[in-house]
Amino acid sequence: MTTTTVDGHADHDAHDDHGPAKGWRRWLYATNHKDIGTMYLVFSLAMFFVGGFMALIIRSELFSPGLQFVDPAFFNQMTTMHALIMVFGAVMPAFVGLANWMIPMMIGAPDMALPRMNNWSFWILPVAFSILGSTLFMPGGAPASGWTMYPPLVLQTGDAFPFLIFSVHLMGLSSIMGAINVIVTIINMRAPDMTLLKMPMFVWTWLITAYLLIAVMPVLAGAVTMLLTDQFFGTSFFLAAGGGDPVMFQHIFWFFGHPEVYIMILPAFGVVSEIIPTFSRKALFGHDSMVYAASSIAFLSFIVWAHHMFTVGMPLTGQMFFMFATMLIAVPTGVKVFNWMATMWRGAMTFETPMLFSLGFLFLFTIGGFSGLMLAIAPADIQYHDSYFVVAHFHYVLVPGSIFAIMAAVYYWLPKWTGRFYDERLGKLHFWASTVFVNLTFFPMHFLGLAGMPRRIPDYSTQFTDFNAMASVGAMGFGLSQLIFVWVLYKCCVGKKGVEASAEVWELPKGLEWTVPSPAPYHTFDTPPRVSGGVSFPHDG
Amino acid sequence: MSNSNNTPQISTRSLTLRLLALAVGMFGFGFLLVPLYDAFCEITGFGGRTNETAATNVVAVADTSREIQLEFVTTVNQYAPWEFASESDGMTVNPGGMYETWFVATNLTNSHKIAQAVPSVAPQQAATYFKKLDCFCFSNQSFEPGERKRMPVRFVIDSDLPDYIDTITLSYTFFDTARPGDKPADVEHPGHTSR
Repeated sequence: MTTTTVDGHADHDAHDDHGPAKGWRRWLYATNHKDIGTMYLVFSLAMFFVGGFMALIIRSELFSPGLQFVDPAFFNQMTTMHALIMVFGAVMPAFVGLANWMIPMMIGAPDMALPRMNNWSFWILPVAFSILGSTLFMPGGAPASGWTMYPPLVLQTGDAFPFLIFSVHLMGLSSIMGAINVIVTIINMRAPDMTLLKMPMFVWTWLITAYLLIAVMPVLAGAVTMLLTDQFFGTSFFLAAGGGDPVMFQHIFWFFGHPEVYIMILPAFGVVSEIIPTFSRKALFGHDSMVYAASSIAFLSFIVWAHHMFTVGMPLTGQMFFMFATMLIAVPTGVKVFNWMATMWRGAMTFETPMLFSLGFLFLFTIGGFSGLMLAIAPADIQYHDSYFVVAHFHYVLVPGSIFAIMAAVYYWLPKWTGRFYDERLGKLHFWASTVFVNLTFFPMHFLGLAGMPRRIPDYSTQFTDFNAMASVGAMGFGLSQLIFVWVLYKCCVGKKGVEASAEVWELPKGLEWTVPSPAPYHTFDTPPRVSGGVSFPHDG
Repeated sequence: MSNSNNTPQISTRSLTLRLLALAVGMFGFGFLLVPLYDAFCEITGFGGRTNETAATNVVAVADTSREIQLEFVTTVNQYAPWEFASESDGMTVNPGGMYETWFVATNLTNSHKIAQAVPSVAPQQAATYFKKLDCFCFSNQSFEPGERKRMPVRFVIDSDLPDYIDTITLSYTFFDTARPGDKPADVEHPGHTSR
């Protein structure tokens, strides 16, 4: 396969002058990094709405106590599918799309290193999610075990079970191929004089993320394969009766699962590290320490997995180790947060939409980080475990964390992609509506969790009614706010309305992507840019 | 770290293959975690794991100066069609002494059933000192319809048991070896061996 990929690359080069193919061929046979990036982003937006719609079903059911709209089995299918779709279908592909668009342009490369593989890694995704989506219509319904797929519960899934496993395999395959592509591009295709430590932060965080992906996605594939053989081929990896141990699945799953959460946040750190300097009109404070911090987070992510399992039971020494190792992550994360603040310190700040989303990220992600610290305390976690406090925590780091960063990135680079500015007024409205509603949705969940409301339950005691009603109203508002986003994108990309953008777009932004015209031509950097003269790197000041 | 001259130090093809090999290796590592976890549990007694085959070379010299309270817990796994209990509620034992106790199980169905008992010792620090010389949990137990069975456990508690442990709980969970995919009405079960 690799041989054909390499040959395919050479073949592709020969066609460079033709520009995009016409019609559907341009997309199905796409090898251009910008086309593939666009497809990733559009796919991710579609999945964001599918997953969001499921979230609204969940919140509608939870608006008041008792069972209103759906039966408990379907409710559990919704929580499971919402998580799988948002994690693997919305957040991860969005970051891969941004990587496809921006990494070659940021390092002065003409394209990704392995364009044919790039095409595969995208087109596997719609197949994977068609399979996953089709499980909703199968006897026994969609998977309802939670996205963590713990046995023995997950083995009770109906006909959907093998389809769940295969779709996870495909998602993993897509991520691994995308990650290999990113690493090879970054290692081999940088412009002359762009040493590793001169790379923009977004490129750096993606390099680290890609290594995490290659290290842990195969482990998930292995774990779900064991589930498959336990169910159909008579093995007993996780069946106690046959000598296996269901707790072992949790260890293997979270060995994947914890690095996975950093896979979803490190590129967000990279995005914010690009945007805050631009709108503070200062260089990123402590570029190299940012690199070391991101690397430390990546390393630590491999040795903290059992903090998801404090209530499963482990020796005191184990609890202490995982507790302190988890708390240690606050140190490099703190380095990053304080570096962003120092970047803004005495900067000539302006508050365009990308900056607003980045600031929203900074404040709200930090709240999610703090609740994470609370959950890291082993004795306290026994109280918080599987409560709405956990739901509040991971939604704070994922929604106003990862997703706000993705939106910031889209607003930041949209003028470069389309050659037009988005509607700034609508962009700001989108930001403020999203921020108000995201807090209305998720902040009350902290109180619900501390008061003892369990997660993944369609009904609850009446004392939880008010906060749940608030959260449901917030969720509806957040969902509707995203329609503003779609309208902004439609106006800019399809309606072709908006002020034309210059090559620089913003005021003296740093980085190679701002040296090419807006909209970025179909092929950029056919000859490597000379970066030693004129162009400065983000951290050169 | 350098690579400042734009000539890749490693070809695209070779780097791709190496990364691919890394991915394949990590897939293998996922499976390697299974024996690693097993070994870890066996060595440390993690999860209350005790010996799974008969202990040998046990010198049984009772240390009468010390008494350990032993308690029994029996559980039947969800929906497993057995009645399962210990004959005694508990016993007082000396470290180093050899003892025997009996458990009783009854198949409540009209079909042939195969059970596997899974033991666990608490506190788990005691697990590696609890040495079973004979146990019904070492193999599958076959039950005719309605059959009632008395099953022995012979054990020695190692006299090296840490001083701070004065009570040990031995727990057994009874599992039906029928596969999750099997219909509950299945009568014939092939014997299952541990992996």
